[in-house]
Amino acid sequence: MKMILTGNESAAWGARLSRPKVIAAYPITPQTSIIETIASFIANGEMDARYIRVESEHSAMAACIAAQNTGVRTYTATSAHGLALMHEVLIWASGARLPIVMSVVNRAMAPPWSVWTDQLDTMAERDSGWIQVYTQNNQEVLDSIIMSYKIAEKHNILLPTMVIEDAFILSHTSEGVDVPEQKKVDDFIGEYNPAFKLDPEEPAGFGSLIMPEGPYMEFRYKMALAMEEAKKEIKKVVEEFNETFNRNYSPFIEEYRTEDADAIMFVLGTIGSTAKDVVDSMRSEGYKVGVARLRYFRPFPAEEVRRLAKKTNMIGVVDRSYSFGPGADLFAETKSVLYNHTDIPVKNYVMGLGGRDITPAILRKVFLDMLHIAKEGVADKEIEWVGLQGDERWS
Amino acid sequence: MKKLTIPEEEHMLSGHTACLGCGATIAMRYVLKALGKNTILSIPACCWAVIPGVYPHRTLDVPLLYTAFEVTGAAISGIREALDAMGKEDVNVVGFAGDGGTADIGLQALSAAMERGHNVFYIMYDNEAYMNTGIQRSGSTPMGAWTTTTPGGKKRMYKWEPKKSVAEIMVAHHIPYVATATIAYPEDMIAKLKRAKEIKGPKFFQILSPCPTGWRHAPDKTVEISRLAVQTNVFPLYEVIDGKYKISIKPKNPKPVKEYLRLQGRFRHLTEEEIEKIQRHVDENWKALLKKERCSQEEE
Ligand SMILES: Cc1ncc(C[n+]2csc(CCOP(=O)(O)OP(=O)(O)O)c2C)c(N)n1
Ligand code: SF4
Ligand SMILES: [Mg+2]
Repeated sequence: MKMILTGNESAAWGARLSRPKVIAAYPITPQTSIIETIASFIANGEMDARYIRVESEHSAMAACIAAQNTGVRTYTATSAHGLALMHEVLIWASGARLPIVMSVVNRAMAPPWSVWTDQLDTMAERDSGWIQVYTQNNQEVLDSIIMSYKIAEKHNILLPTMVIEDAFILSHTSEGVDVPEQKKVDDFIGEYNPAFKLDPEEPAGFGSLIMPEGPYMEFRYKMALAMEEAKKEIKKVVEEFNETFNRNYSPFIEEYRTEDADAIMFVLGTIGSTAKDVVDSMRSEGYKVGVARLRYFRPFPAEEVRRLAKKTNMIGVVDRSYSFGPGADLFAETKSVLYNHTDIPVKNYVMGLGGRDITPAILRKVFLDMLHIAKEGVADKEIEWVGLQGDERWS
Repeated sequence: MKKLTIPEEEHMLSGHTACLGCGATIAMRYVLKALGKNTILSIPACCWAVIPGVYPHRTLDVPLLYTAFEVTGAAISGIREALDAMGKEDVNVVGFAGDGGTADIGLQALSAAMERGHNVFYIMYDNEAYMNTGIQRSGSTPMGAWTTTTPGGKKRMYKWEPKKSVAEIMVAHHIPYVATATIAYPEDMIAKLKRAKEIKGPKFFQILSPCPTGWRHAPDKTVEISRLAVQTNVFPLYEVIDGKYKISIKPKNPKPVKEYLRLQGRFRHLTEEEIEKIQRHVDENWKALLKKERCSQEEE
């Protein structure tokens, strides 16, 4: 069924169709309309789930952990400060191997207060053991929630998943979305089949004290293996989804006109659609540029990134966050997987923090800078902040 | 002949790792005897996160979810709603947390869970300090006590503030059942737990659980100290059902508080005047409790 939905309504529909039995959530701009929409689904009897209106995001995640460990599918959603408040229990959820699915609407962290899009919130949780999928349009928001349950719940994976959408650009913008039939989604995901659960008939303890010689390290190793294994399952599930629902997702990286590109721009989220537009217009002028939009950041698609590097002479990595280390996160990880595999220059373009607009004009200038570097064979510098106030070069 | 009311069934197995004479361990044993096998436990960081034993050992034969320190209120809400969603409404859900995890860091999640009205038990085993981390002051540490963060010193920096009344905070949530209990009165504790089991909604227990290690008393004094806490009115036993107070034990001739204090090294430093002050504080609390009982029963 075609509907006109915002990104947040699409997330709520994705959750509804996946039939979680317990939802625990706390409001924060720009996530709020997800949990409001779900509340009205439940209030109208359109969704059969228990809704715990917790007093904080920390409790939202803690309640989801406990409910999922009891044997039901759960869902929650948050943004920025809410996600940061969850930090402790995010690591608990993944360590406990609970396939919780959560929507995260990317928003900047204060101070100063800013409710606009920025990826610091999710990047700061990259080591929490969660799968992270970044989306580009409302259809992908909805579809990714359904796919995520199916991937996360496989007994060889059992890792929680963040389905991430950009604040306002998706969360509050309406688009035509194809909402799949409930029956088809039911058949696709199947009933929740927990690998273990709290059950008085079979008493077990979950999360007890463990000594250094106990299997703590082995548990972490198994998580690392599961994150690797997730690459295979993602590929399978995305292909099956494409087939069943008539979609066209690439599992890890959406490539756009990368075939003979002199320079390829790496992006996450909605920057992808702007960049593709710019590529079209520059291609018509004869510039050989392309875009690679990474869908998954965890697991990081190392092989696909290396394969792309073989096809081009330069990679420009756009980050909508900064990490005060060796450049921003997508850049640092891209460079690290390319080391020992290629000598092509890689440069970091940091832009759009706190929701600052990333316009086609800016991206065009970035592409021109990238092409220049591709020709020279070396980057003039590693990290470039693009679009700072008073800096005329990029506007 | 009087019949023994303590159930014979046992859900605490041998091999726990608590200190000798640990009151919190006895509290758990009675709670499980009263609630039985059809129970799921949620335990945050606290002594009781260690007492069941190191993986893969477990001294409890009921399912047990270990959680982060401050989440017990949220965790039992999640377990309850999941069970109800699965149609398992008969399973008891029990949060079992220390005073730190209840009065301090977990108060927010607890308050919210009680206010939302889930059908759960929350049991605060009150050993009056953060014992797991080595005896630091909590909001539930009593007036005058030594702890490692109120170590006295030249400035006599002890815990001078009154103990926070968590049970009273729970009463203010208008939940159907609030009770205090202590291990020296197991039949009282078990009767209360069984009464509470019949009530649908949030049920809160504060169980005073002497801790030889933190209170600095001999391990064989645990029960005696627990009994003295009641007989001196330091820790009155009562229940509040639908807002109506009922004091469980009213000592005819309350013993002086001094008798309770002198058995515990944590109060060793107290001067006569300081003991006097604590006595006055205890007397005032007791009077206030009697008044609450009278007022709340009056409308009948
Ligand atoms: C967020 C967080 N802060 C601090 C700790 C460290 N910690 C673990 S148990 C504990 C004290 C527990 O005190 P209480 O709840 O009274 O239980 P007890 O140990 O006395 O039985 C503390 C401070 C923790 N686990 N998590
Ligand atoms: S420190 Fe106290 S509460 Fe903790 S196990 Fe020892 S006696 Fe029990
Ligand atoms: Mg304590």
